[in-house]
Amino acid sequence: MLFELRDVSLTRGGRRVLDSVSVAIPAGATAIVGPSGAGKSTVLRLLNRLADPESGTISYRGVPLPERDPLALRREVSLVPQLPALLEGTVGSNIAYATQLAGEELDLERCLRLAGLAAEFAERDVSRLSVGEQQRAMLARALAQRPEVLLLDEPTSALDHAARDAIEGTLAELRRELRISVVLVSHDPEQARRLSEWVVRMEDGRAVEAGPLAEVIA
Amino acid sequence: MTTSIHVSVGQVAATLALVALAAAVSFWRKADLERDIGIATIRSAVQLTAIGYVIKLIFDADTIWLVFALLTVMVFFGALTARGRAKKVPGAFWPLLIALGAAGTTTLGLVVALGVFEATPRYLVPVGGMVIGNAMTASAVALNRLGDEMTDSRNRIEATLALGATGQEAAQPIVRRALRSGMITLVDSTKTTGLIFFPGTMVGMLLAGANPTDAVRLQLILLYALLGSVAIAALVATTLAYRNFFTPAQQLREIETHPLS
Repeated sequence: MLFELRDVSLTRGGRRVLDSVSVAIPAGATAIVGPSGAGKSTVLRLLNRLADPESGTISYRGVPLPERDPLALRREVSLVPQLPALLEGTVGSNIAYATQLAGEELDLERCLRLAGLAAEFAERDVSRLSVGEQQRAMLARALAQRPEVLLLDEPTSALDHAARDAIEGTLAELRRELRISVVLVSHDPEQARRLSEWVVRMEDGRAVEAGPLAEVIA
Repeated sequence: MTTSIHVSVGQVAATLALVALAAAVSFWRKADLERDIGIATIRSAVQLTAIGYVIKLIFDADTIWLVFALLTVMVFFGALTARGRAKKVPGAFWPLLIALGAAGTTTLGLVVALGVFEATPRYLVPVGGMVIGNAMTASAVALNRLGDEMTDSRNRIEATLALGATGQEAAQPIVRRALRSGMITLVDSTKTTGLIFFPGTMVGMLLAGANPTDAVRLQLILLYALLGSVAIAALVATTLAYRNFFTPAQQLREIETHPLS
């Protein structure tokens, strides 16, 4: 299993955000679906160790998360958060920053191409990007670290249909080319159908169902 | 520099006419400040009179230890006051206390070591008070800015942490802007001094009958010393305080409102 959550609970501001979540996420493409406020994004943040659960355990490839160096984990399991999250500067400087943090060789052309952006975007200031382009720039920045897992938080929620379809095409392409695992949070079951093989359905902070796509989403 | 003049209570009382004018303006234009003006007037009279007696006591005793005690108390209350301006910064008191202490110690230590002032109560008390007061304002402004930006930029900071950056790396641009905002006011007012306003020390010395050249030189010494102390205070306060936003696992802490911490 890629990730395993056992009895994971978390309270924020007096509200039970996650309530004894026990779920396994295999390698490949997993979608976490459910209505807003179900705790989907919180699970993603826990997998990246941007937060820790109050109780319960989470392991990544069989190793409990607290036993891993959080910085190394975050570069291996890369979270692409909701917008806005780019740093001031150009798309290129954002990619270069991520590359340098990961100690990788800078290959702007590769990152931009994988994220479906033309090479001239390297010089583009992030304040002049459309929402769809920002999403792609975030993807390019994450890919610069050559992660093994991508955690995507509602990557198309702010986009129109055309832009959404284009991003979904890019993600499918990425999976084929890099053989990378993806955990995707989406409020849209149809998107899960298009992009994933395994589905976790959440409601009110609980994982109510998990299994192969065909079983969870009929 | 040892000129002295006598100011009578009657002279002070006479200027209350201007306080009355301020209150009247507030009342007439419904600025709703009459009460605050009243409190400010009474508090300033009581506090300054009290500190006047304390200073007289310290001057008469002429011992350096009483100076240290007075400045320590000022640092403590300065940090307490500045904390009120830095409500969004968790655990702001200790960074502020250390910042004010460092600014006071370094600045006074340097002016004494460089032979600018003698290490006697007559110099250390007034200069120390100014240094600590300005350091307090600068560090309060810096931490206020730090708290606002750390709260407003949560998304961006977490996104940077998600790339495997440390808290220090993720907060670096914000810490830099906070430091700058703490220092900029004094830097700007130092630029325009003499042109747009006469600073207090110079005014005081001229009123006391000092030679204008001496008044200007003393004022310059103090302005330069304040620049140093403000930089130290803002640097120490921001460098220590930003850490409180992060956990040891380089996570951004859940920030709840910290009314008094």
